[in-house]
Amino acid sequence: MAMRQCAIYGKGGIGKSTTTQNLVAALAEMGKKVMIVGCDPKADSTRLILHSKAQNSVMELAAEAGSVEDLELEDVLSVGYGGIKCVESGGPEPGVGCAGRGVITAINFLEEEGAYDDELDFVFYDVLGDVVCGGFAMPIRENKAQEIYIVCSGEMMAMYAANNIAKGIVKYANSGGVRLAGLICNSRQTDREDELIMALAEKMGTQMIHFIPRANSVQHAEIRRMTVIEYDPTNPQADEYRSLANKIVNNKKFVIPTPITMDELEALLMEFGIMEVEDESIIGKTATAA
Amino acid sequence: MQKVDDIKPCYPLFRQDEYKESLGNKKAKFEEGHADEKVQEIFNWTTTMEYRELNFQREALTVNPAKACQPLGAVLCALGFEKTMPYVHGSQGCVAYFRTYFNRHFREPVSCVSDSMTEDAAVFGGQKNMIDGLENAMTMYKPDMIAVSTTCMAEVIGDDLNAFITNTKKAGGVPMEFPTPYAHTPSFVGSHVTGWDNMFEGIIRYFTLNTMEGKEVGKNGKINIVPGFETYLGNYRVIHRMLDEMGVEHTLMSDPTEVLDTPADGEFRMYAGGTTQDEVKDAPNAKTTFLLQPMQLEKTRKFVENTWKHEVPKITIPMGLESTDDFLMKVAEATGKEIPASLAKERGRLVDMMMDSHTWLHGKKISLYGDPDFCFGMTKFLMELGVEPLHVLCNNGSKKWTKAMKAMLEESPYGAKTQLFAGADLWHFRSLVLTEKPDFMIGNSYGKFIQRDTLHKGKEFEVPLIRIGFPIFDRHHLHRATTLGYEGAMQMLTTLVNSVMERLDEETRGMGTTDFNHDLVR
Repeated sequence: MAMRQCAIYGKGGIGKSTTTQNLVAALAEMGKKVMIVGCDPKADSTRLILHSKAQNSVMELAAEAGSVEDLELEDVLSVGYGGIKCVESGGPEPGVGCAGRGVITAINFLEEEGAYDDELDFVFYDVLGDVVCGGFAMPIRENKAQEIYIVCSGEMMAMYAANNIAKGIVKYANSGGVRLAGLICNSRQTDREDELIMALAEKMGTQMIHFIPRANSVQHAEIRRMTVIEYDPTNPQADEYRSLANKIVNNKKFVIPTPITMDELEALLMEFGIMEVEDESIIGKTATAA
Repeated sequence: MQKVDDIKPCYPLFRQDEYKESLGNKKAKFEEGHADEKVQEIFNWTTTMEYRELNFQREALTVNPAKACQPLGAVLCALGFEKTMPYVHGSQGCVAYFRTYFNRHFREPVSCVSDSMTEDAAVFGGQKNMIDGLENAMTMYKPDMIAVSTTCMAEVIGDDLNAFITNTKKAGGVPMEFPTPYAHTPSFVGSHVTGWDNMFEGIIRYFTLNTMEGKEVGKNGKINIVPGFETYLGNYRVIHRMLDEMGVEHTLMSDPTEVLDTPADGEFRMYAGGTTQDEVKDAPNAKTTFLLQPMQLEKTRKFVENTWKHEVPKITIPMGLESTDDFLMKVAEATGKEIPASLAKERGRLVDMMMDSHTWLHGKKISLYGDPDFCFGMTKFLMELGVEPLHVLCNNGSKKWTKAMKAMLEESPYGAKTQLFAGADLWHFRSLVLTEKPDFMIGNSYGKFIQRDTLHKGKEFEVPLIRIGFPIFDRHHLHRATTLGYEGAMQMLTTLVNSVMERLDEETRGMGTTDFNHDLVR
């Protein structure tokens, strides 16, 4: 089987890293060979796999060594649970430098050093919240990730972000092979969340590939720096991630998304009762004034 | 004052009394500089071993780099292909710099365009610039190929060349089939030699990656020669000549000799000569591919081996006697052609010259700086001449370079005391030659400031510069010379030994003081 490269996007704080690592752990459990490339200056995309606080990132080590050319692949690549290969691109502290360039540099380094070996079944890029600049689009350039999964929930801002990311994908899809492969709903227990995301997915021309219910076991595993799959394989939540993994393995629905307009998004939210039907009189009024 | 009918340049104009006075007043009244003695004191301190040690502890700062940036190399590479316009996606100033850099070295106009990204492009991405730029470049300059590289600005914001170029074609600005190879060439990674390698790989990838079907190693009976970042036009010519004399059919991949050496016959040639697209498409069918500067062509080597399935012969840059021997023998091996008597004779002439001059060169100490393969070849040749390389500094040298250099130095007693400096700059080099004096230094024009500083320390400390390298801005026509092959060795030997003579004459010119050896015959 040819290596499949997938990128995970979604609003900040939605649970991309947790979802990715649990998903990847489930894939590893199935016997798949997987690599995670963390594309986030926070470098927290691999901690549950490696049981560590944070992995030494490519940029961190490059800064120490003087330049990226002085690094070897072994320096930056760690192997964790289930033989999962882990790399963190890393980047600057908040407020300085350019994190996007860090992603570009790290991925170029991995390519040059032959990290993408033929043995791999999957490569997952866990990408920082919003695609704010070209650097964060690096994982979906030609010959890299062809499938994109967007993690979202039934909250308005998460859906808004998902729609925005879809707009970015359209740009790259038109010139290359990158496709939207589905929305992963990471539940926030809002009303009719699954239906809402399914409706959004349909409007965007894609699918809700899986609905992950909220469960405390994820937190329990996380404070132990583990995935649920590893911490408590019999937990029902582990089965949810296994189910997601299975669906991704068998996924055939790769589309150029059809992002919707802000009006359409608001109409959808109204339809599901998340937003009141527009009442011009309440706009700009504080709680006391109302 | 200047007189209209006798305009003088700064020197000697500023040595006239009125200017001496004016400059003196300016210094005394407005400059608020330190006293001359203090300046001299600090200067003297910068020539000491104590300062050298501090200098080599520098971590975060480069002073006077002995390298240029990636897109500069990409532009030179593109110039070597037929009717090809180098196109730099990024800011305009960078491209002005590439053009003037080459203008000053080659003394030729150099065509190269930029899509002039400005602040809005930095915010919104440079796709719009690419769409307009490619269409304009094609319409205005009618090239047969546009070779796209990038500046730092486009790289930092992460512009995706493949997507932008494809989108430009889809928008109809440029026909789908129009050749637009590209390479990402961030200036803050590697150097001009990396940029050359990246652009070259981009070009051969564009023309051959998806058309490998039906290609067969050896089918066209030729060999490919990849020069790498090469600024001596004679080197392109000598490779052609040697291979022609051997009767070896070959393709010199990237050959800018025509466009960088056009005649003054009243006709401006925006394009002239160069490797054709058909030759590039046919290149996988060659018997093999020779990389003349193998340390600087890593990416190219990978592509040629993995995609073309060529067994790339292991050679070193064919500079000096042994490396040229080795190159010709490897060519003979790969093609089954014998090395002809004419080349054997040429070799014999070089050996004869080396023997004629060896008494003057033996034991001379020379420090040098330059690109990785140049440093390697030059050091090896110097040792063949009996010269002892003292410092070899390679700003864009890697650990691999140091390792290869060490192995080579170990093979000769002349290399026993050679010190290697990878990643160091010309301010380091200055410290080296001021604290451990070589007889000469070899490098590009920037070395003249180091020579000035050594002279300022005292005549007995002066290290004369021998100009071999890139860029050479302050001497004419040296870019037409040859440094490769037996011919190149002859030319360099001539330059080296005559530098020794000239220096000796200079030192023995004092009438009645040093002229005991001011000999007519040397």
